Amino acid sequence: MTEYQTFEHDVLVIGAGGAGLRAAIEAAASGVSVGLVCKSLLGKAHTVMAEGGMAAAMGYVDDRDNWRVHFADTMRGGQYLNNWRMAEIHAKEAPDRVKELEGWGALFDRTADGRILQRNFGGHRYPRLAHVGDRTGLELIRTLQDEGVHRGIDVHMEVTVLTLLKDGDRVCGAFAYDRERGRFRLFKAKAVVLATGGIGRAFKITSNSWEYSGDGHSLAYHAGAALMDMEFVQFHPTGMVWPPSVRGILVTEGVRGEGGILKNRDGKRFMFENIPDNYKAQTADTPEEGWKYTQGDKNSRRPPELLTRDHVARMIVSEVKAGRGSPHGGVFLDIAWIKEKIPNSEEHIKRKLPSMYHQFMQLAGIDITKEPMEIGPTTHYVMGGIRVDGDSQMSTVPGLFAAGECAAGLHGANRLGGNSLSDLIVFGKRAGEYAAKFAKEHGAAKVDMGQVDKAANDALAPFSRPAGGEGPYQVQEALQETMQDNVGIVRAEGEMQNALKMIAVLKERASKAPVSGNREYNPGWHTALDLNNLLTVSQAVAMCALARKESRGGHFRDDYPDKSAEFAAFNHVVQKGANGEMELSRAPIPPMPDHLKAVIEEMK
Amino acid sequence: MATTGQPVEPKAKDAYTAAQAAQDASAKHDTRSFKIWRGQSGKGEFVEYKQDVVEGMVVLDAVHEIQATQANDLAVRWNCKAGKCGSCSAEINGMPKLMCMTRLSELDAQKPVTIEPMRAFPHMKDLVTDVSWNFEVKKKIQKFTPRKPDAPDGTWRMQQVDADRVQEFRKCIECFLCQDVCHVLRDHEKHNDFIGPRFLVYTAALEMHPLDTGDRIPELRKEFGIGYCNITKCCTKVCPEHITITDNAIIPLKERVVDEFFDPLGKLVKIFSRRKKE
Repeated sequence: MTEYQTFEHDVLVIGAGGAGLRAAIEAAASGVSVGLVCKSLLGKAHTVMAEGGMAAAMGYVDDRDNWRVHFADTMRGGQYLNNWRMAEIHAKEAPDRVKELEGWGALFDRTADGRILQRNFGGHRYPRLAHVGDRTGLELIRTLQDEGVHRGIDVHMEVTVLTLLKDGDRVCGAFAYDRERGRFRLFKAKAVVLATGGIGRAFKITSNSWEYSGDGHSLAYHAGAALMDMEFVQFHPTGMVWPPSVRGILVTEGVRGEGGILKNRDGKRFMFENIPDNYKAQTADTPEEGWKYTQGDKNSRRPPELLTRDHVARMIVSEVKAGRGSPHGGVFLDIAWIKEKIPNSEEHIKRKLPSMYHQFMQLAGIDITKEPMEIGPTTHYVMGGIRVDGDSQMSTVPGLFAAGECAAGLHGANRLGGNSLSDLIVFGKRAGEYAAKFAKEHGAAKVDMGQVDKAANDALAPFSRPAGGEGPYQVQEALQETMQDNVGIVRAEGEMQNALKMIAVLKERASKAPVSGNREYNPGWHTALDLNNLLTVSQAVAMCALARKESRGGHFRDDYPDKSAEFAAFNHVVQKGANGEMELSRAPIPPMPDHLKAVIEEMK
Repeated sequence: MATTGQPVEPKAKDAYTAAQAAQDASAKHDTRSFKIWRGQSGKGEFVEYKQDVVEGMVVLDAVHEIQATQANDLAVRWNCKAGKCGSCSAEINGMPKLMCMTRLSELDAQKPVTIEPMRAFPHMKDLVTDVSWNFEVKKKIQKFTPRKPDAPDGTWRMQQVDADRVQEFRKCIECFLCQDVCHVLRDHEKHNDFIGPRFLVYTAALEMHPLDTGDRIPELRKEFGIGYCNITKCCTKVCPEHITITDNAIIPLKERVVDEFFDPLGKLVKIFSRRKKE
């Protein structure tokens, strides 16, 4: 007999970053009872790490901007694998979601006429990102957190969900444990929203925290939901590379938005050398034109440093491979050079990029107002995730919704910087709204105690394994190296087959890894439990990547370096088969309606 | 797909991965000693660990290495490892700091590095404390209440210069190190009568917000206990975000309280001007 505490909510939101909080606020506003589960303390979720801003075509800085341009930019960046309905909704609704934050206390940087200031970012045609210096994510999460605490939401901090519970086809709750005491919690719910973020911890070099172990992806998959586009992982071009212990920590794209340039060891600005055809018309011809663009000149085009992240990351890797990298295996990112252009550049940099200044000073002993940074690509984001309906965010399992990074569709093969924070608030709101609607329309479902007992037994199994031998941390490290080396920025057939074999081996090893100590706040135990999720998502990533025999967006293959028309027509979907094995299929992309086609044509 | 442990060919590293690996190989190593507080619910002791450390490491890296190789169940709270989430607060060599932003090279290499949980909050396990009190305090503070929108489309107009001073307060990452170091909480345990520096900064951010119309001055004086603060500025010193807590938040709030409650001349002026209006 499993011991647990029981909690009942109409809507259970799992994950308390931007998407989860926004969903919880919306659901609560529609009058249902809401429980919010945070893996950490409230307000610490990975959203705090977002730096550059949130994209919304408000047109405050450049009045040529509107939802149509934003839609076209998002589709072009995603190489047209996006769920076009989500891209349309996102572009149309982001401005209202951003303005609404201001009514809840968010304090964005201002234009001279007192409106919300917007900054340039990669792949966005016009200055579009509402921001607060380089700590926009913190502003977002704090605003939602402070608004949320007055909305009567029940918050469960430091609680990790082990499994979703189902009644027939439908989801009916979740089974979880609290970190503090290691006790089990049963959540009964009429609808569940997953907002658990990404999978970055599957890789060795990552900007993501320990929480990013693909929990939502894995929970949904094991509950029978479909995952989509899992081959598309974003490697952010600029992470720190030195010293080793900080490798992977994010350096905001805002540095390039403010005029930062990339150089190789010879001082050459290599990004001018290779500009993709579909961006040629939008890219500056000269460094001078690029600089003017970053300073708001409406007649100039963007510098090549602000091309999409997939492209910039690959350019950096090829410089290093060619032996033209910086001393610590990256390239140089230089913002200090703007002293040639503006007076008081040191003060300007500190004001525009305060966290970056602080981060490099403290962790690397580098003053970015005086010298260049060394940077290289870092695993940052997964475009793939739970397959959802574009309007309601419901997954293929009734009553199970997903929003934010753990959902798929909006970003296609590559996400534009700044489209993530806006994704959280646009689709967080929708997921909360439709989950509440589902809860109102459906009564309580029945919890099957067999599912609860099984989850509890599985969770406690690591304690009864024989001590000695390899622990969970070692298995996790081996998985991270496997994924980094074999399913990383540049991929090939043999390596990915290798990775799949290795993942199978690691599943065995994980099932034997013992944990020591008791159930109370025991990180060794939590690592052992997270491993199941990491292994599930890693397998999905490797399988999809192996099957996509082309290069597109975040997915680049040495053996198939070009785009293929065949692969432009579908998304990869993985689902748990009847025999328990992961099954891959192709889901054709529905034809785009004429009014959206016209927008794409017009913006070409 | 294979299901059992058959050998897998190691992959030859490409030039990029090799360049990264070469960095790891070239970094300087050293063995350092760490005394970490281990125990549960207030009971515990220092346990000493020797750990191989690599150039550039921060304290949190060393704790993670110890956790992975010597003490799997060592409890520590952390998230971003980049000074942005405020989770890994601890007392390092007696000073309240973020473990992720304290480099080992800043600390005396001849002595063991001592790492203890924050002392102003109830102990849970090892380096983890129960900070839930802070979340309860925040609920008591009147929420943001904006004035009517300035424009017909429901938006407001604000100048950057007016946003600046509140943006300083909104940099707070809620690490609670200021609460930890504050003697009113740490030594006098006035948790029921005083909200602490973090929530004075939070209140200041609301009171000075260009759009806010609320009035939290009466609470500040009474249940928030602003009078307990005798401006020793310890909170400002430990703030990892370098917020000028005392000078920019607490002192101006104290002045507002004084203006509203203890300034006879001001009161007369107020009464007089009110009469004139009538």
